[in-house]
Amino acid sequence: MFKIILKEELGQNVKSFFIEAADTARNAKAGQFVILRINDKGERIPLTIADTDAQKGLVRIIFQETGKTTYELGTLKEGGYIKDFVGPLGQPTEIENYGNVVAVAGGVGTAEVLPVIKSLRNAGNKVTAVVGARNKDLIILEKELREICDELLFATDDGSYGTKGFVTDILKNIIDKESVNIVYAIGPVPMMMAVANLTKEKNIKTLVSLNPIMVDGTGMCGACRVTVDGKTKFACVEGPEFDAHKVNWTELISRLSLFRDLEKVSLDNYKNNSECKCGRE
Amino acid sequence: MRQRMKMPERLPNERNKDFLQVNIGYTRKQMLEEAKRCLQCKKPFCVEGCPVEINIPKFIKELSDDNPAQAIKIIKQKNNLPAVCGRVCPQESQCEKYCILSRKGESVGIGNLERYSADWAAANAQKKTSPSDINKNGIKIAIIGSGPAGLTAAGDLANMGYEVTVFESLHDIGGVLRYGIPEFRLPLDVLEIEIGNLKSMGIEFILNTLVGRTKTVKELFEEDFKSIFIGTGAGLPVFLGIEGENLNHIYSANEFLVRVNLMRAFDFPNYDTPVYKGKNIVIIGGGNTAMDSARTALRLGASSVKLVYRRTENEMPARKEERLHAQEEGIEFITLTNPVKFIGDEKGFVKAVECIKMELGEPDESGRRRPKKVEGSNFGIEADMAILALGLNPNPVLPSLTEGLNTDSHGYLIIDDNYMTSIPGVFAGGDIVGGDTVIQAMGMGKQAAKRINEYLKNLHPTNN
Ligand SMILES: Cc1cc2nc3c(=O)[nH]c(=O)nc-3n(C[C@H](O)[C@H](O)[C@H](O)COP(=O)(O)OP(=O)(O)OC[C@H]3O[C@@H](n4cnc5c(N)ncnc54)[C@H](O)[C@@H]3O)c2cc1C
Ligand SMILES: Cc1cc2nc3c(=O)[nH]c(=O)nc-3n(C[C@H](O)[C@H](O)[C@H](O)COP(=O)(O)OP(=O)(O)OC[C@H]3O[C@@H](n4cnc5c(N)ncnc54)[C@H](O)[C@@H]3O)c2cc1C
Ligand code: SF4
Ligand code: FES
Repeated sequence: MFKIILKEELGQNVKSFFIEAADTARNAKAGQFVILRINDKGERIPLTIADTDAQKGLVRIIFQETGKTTYELGTLKEGGYIKDFVGPLGQPTEIENYGNVVAVAGGVGTAEVLPVIKSLRNAGNKVTAVVGARNKDLIILEKELREICDELLFATDDGSYGTKGFVTDILKNIIDKESVNIVYAIGPVPMMMAVANLTKEKNIKTLVSLNPIMVDGTGMCGACRVTVDGKTKFACVEGPEFDAHKVNWTELISRLSLFRDLEKVSLDNYKNNSECKCGRE
Repeated sequence: MRQRMKMPERLPNERNKDFLQVNIGYTRKQMLEEAKRCLQCKKPFCVEGCPVEINIPKFIKELSDDNPAQAIKIIKQKNNLPAVCGRVCPQESQCEKYCILSRKGESVGIGNLERYSADWAAANAQKKTSPSDINKNGIKIAIIGSGPAGLTAAGDLANMGYEVTVFESLHDIGGVLRYGIPEFRLPLDVLEIEIGNLKSMGIEFILNTLVGRTKTVKELFEEDFKSIFIGTGAGLPVFLGIEGENLNHIYSANEFLVRVNLMRAFDFPNYDTPVYKGKNIVIIGGGNTAMDSARTALRLGASSVKLVYRRTENEMPARKEERLHAQEEGIEFITLTNPVKFIGDEKGFVKAVECIKMELGEPDESGRRRPKKVEGSNFGIEADMAILALGLNPNPVLPSLTEGLNTDSHGYLIIDDNYMTSIPGVFAGGDIVGGDTVIQAMGMGKQAAKRINEYLKNLHPTNN
């Protein structure tokens, strides 16, 4: 059992937990993730390690409530427990001194990019973060970002904060003006794909952190397979980061839709049975 | 010669709809009759065919005297998991193959008798070994992986007095015994009883620990584990590398079986993990994994399950009993056939498998005749789901993350005659070194336990 030490609400449907998991905390590096299972009937879901406190043995996860498991996770309280929690999984981000780095994040990807930016900064890079959200209320972790980025830019769909438009509009401006050594993107698949298309034209090396459906997260089941450079890769052990210009995006989008119908059954079932503990409807 | 007592089984049409056991097990009367068939050979060939060298004639003698309590004791001297082995061992190619009776007719049903003894013990709650029955020596040993290899090594070492801790990356114990082999062959409560016995000996299980990542081998030594046994298994599914393989509703057998067995997706949405329940399903492969996948798919409600295999039924690696059971239950075998591509609909979901006919050519290194394509014989099979059961490669995670741990070109851990890897004090066994059955994994776990004991005795002669 893994204890929830601190719970915070970061924004609409976005929550943060610090969880007691000393071994994971000690060995985690930027870019890695955990797989957790809330209880005996639960599903195994992957979440990025957003931060760690090795001294206290804590691992931070930040998640967006999208389906049954993440909603249920959101109902757990400080002092409560999660049944299973395994990590760190996946290959850590390759941190080097690249020079000028742009990190692009969308939605809850903002949480996932934090440790990467931290490590990149520690390695001597100049990091510009470009963060996108549908509107101002959905922006999370602004304070943390301000502390660690050299430059921070926002894009909202409705213009309620930062530039009106997409993160790719801002990114385009940057790469038109200055020479960027590497772009790192993490967020919804359509966003990562758009970033990939943009940087491909300019031949700027781009890494993305992919989020295919996973089960075991240890390379045993093949659920997480993605095609990169024409070859099948298991995102949980060979990724989750890959060269954005070589990812077969159509396949990834299709594979993410795999269980959409069943996931809806699960969520509806949960909401009906839990008498709306999730606090909406 | 009297005929072998057939294992009673449930009717195909009844059993192919649920996950309850197919084989019911001998009654006492049947057991006695079968046990009496044993000739009690002076030179028992059957034992030579047993990877863990159970004293087969002796336990059968006890059974024929209607003394199962004594029988199980004899088995347990060599085998910690008799209820498992009695169900899933390929006896026909091991002990029973060498049984003298098989030369003229049918061998003694050694596996069925083993199962009887183990089930009798479970039903008659034998006194468990408790930690206080064992003289503890205070030396800590770590076991990585809780499959049959790890469990066996753990049990033997605990019996010798070591403080054993098993680390497992998944959230539950048993390896393939839990997530792979379905309940209609190996019920969970059987596995739970065996695991319970190990726990009652004082063995500690730490789950959710992927050694290499969560903890390293080096850290285990720093935590004062004096020796380590690696039994991480063969958990890397093989794909064909053909067009359309990543279409939706194409699963590896591992993913499919893990969803159903470990995550209990058959009971969705009561359990949260979903699985697609196909109507027309194609399974590719001819091993136990393929049979298990096919029969599981049928039980989830498929209307047609076709098993495509590139050689003939004679070459299938699956146990004969499982092949027969599968066919009786309604699985159609399409042999001498191989898939060449998967065809999807506009949304990326599989809708057909294009196959090609094969013929058998000259024998290859494995001694089996090599299948060759019959050019131009392509044909399609409609399918809304496909399961690839093409075999498993050794799990590369731990070796790739452990400096100095050597593997061969196929990724199997290299061990010496003492079951020791290239790192002193680190031993290995089971599928990760090239085993491929439960009993082989157990045999290696046993041998390794013995060698670990010798190794530690040599290191600390004063502890003797
Ligand atoms: C390596 C990795 C790291 C991740 N890190 C984070 C993180 O830090 N924070 C976070 O909020 N989410 C993260 N995700 C996504 C997260 O795992 C999914 O949101 C979660 O599995 C959804 O589970 P659910 O039962 O709540 O929803 P479900 O009922 O399973 O799904 C609800 C909706 O989410 C979509 N979905 C399902 N699985 C995924 C997935 N793996 N990725 C994207 N969409 C999915 C479904 O198509 C569906 O529309 C990560 C995924 C991966 C693979
Ligand atoms: C579907 C199926 C059906 C089968 N049917 C039969 C049959 O009828 N008869 C038969 O004799 N054999 C059968 N086999 C083969 C048999 O199951 C295997 O040979 C046997 O389980 C191998 O045992 P093992 O202990 O080496 O590994 P496994 O059973 O594979 O166990 C390895 C364990 O180690 C864990 N692990 C892996 N890496 C790590 C790590 N880094 N840290 C911690 N833990 C880790 C895994 O999660 C797993 O639990 C079947 C196999 C399958 C897949
Ligand atoms: S070889 Fe057959 S008959 Fe002889 S002892 Fe073994 S089981 Fe009995
Ligand atoms: S999640 Fe199973 S192999 Fe990656």
